[in-house]
Amino acid sequence: MASGPLKRRLVLENRLEEVSRCETIVLNHATEFGFTGSDRFAIKLALEEALANAIKHGNNHDPDKSVMVELHVDEICFEVSVTDEGEGFDPDDVPDPTLDENLEKPSGRGVMLMRTYMSEVSFNASGNCVRLVKRKSNDVQGA
Amino acid sequence: MAEQDTRLSIGTNDGVTRVEFLERNIVDEASIQQIGEEILREVDASVMPKILIDFKNVDHLSSAALGQLITINNKVRQKDGQLRLANIDAQIYEVFVITRLNKLFHIHETDDEALASFQ
Repeated sequence: MASGPLKRRLVLENRLEEVSRCETIVLNHATEFGFTGSDRFAIKLALEEALANAIKHGNNHDPDKSVMVELHVDEICFEVSVTDEGEGFDPDDVPDPTLDENLEKPSGRGVMLMRTYMSEVSFNASGNCVRLVKRKSNDVQGA
Repeated sequence: MAEQDTRLSIGTNDGVTRVEFLERNIVDEASIQQIGEEILREVDASVMPKILIDFKNVDHLSSAALGQLITINNKVRQKDGQLRLANIDAQIYEVFVITRLNKLFHIHETDDEALASFQ
């Protein structure tokens, strides 16, 4: 069990191969602080979506850009922010992927999944930084 | 170029192509792309494809994987084929429910149920 809150910053190259490396590091820290079961599932899912969005859409696959990941975790709360070097986007402009007319579209579910699985999801004003917060659940699955 | 090793086990029986994942996590983009291409090759090779995708080894997927499944489903339907999904872990099934993709896909609890549902 970890002793005090953890803060860590990672700078990723703008390659999709970096996603699993970053996830491993972040999820190991989450587990150290007791975020397991359904909490860990939620964090992995949301982080995957945030990183893929940053690399693909934010930085537009540009290998000269990078993605910054800042982690703050304690026994109660897991928080990670993912910042890209892109121009940002307005998350409210993303169409609702659950509408009948959008069900057969192969993309557009990332933001919705992040919002569903995390306790809080917020974007900065320019839309190039997403902050994901997961408060530890008390249920058996998450314990 | 990395060696092109398969990420799937694919077998055909009684006209049904059964696909099983060899990896527990279907999240990384390169894997998803490769998996999609492998399954789409099977779809292309059939006149009216009947495809069963078994998720029994899978404990994580991403929206990109969902997107690839939708692309496969669209292609199967274009060819008047049928796609069935089976053995989906409860946490992953919840992702299908949240995204309402349980309405788009034919999802069955077991392989046997899925196989029996082909027409």
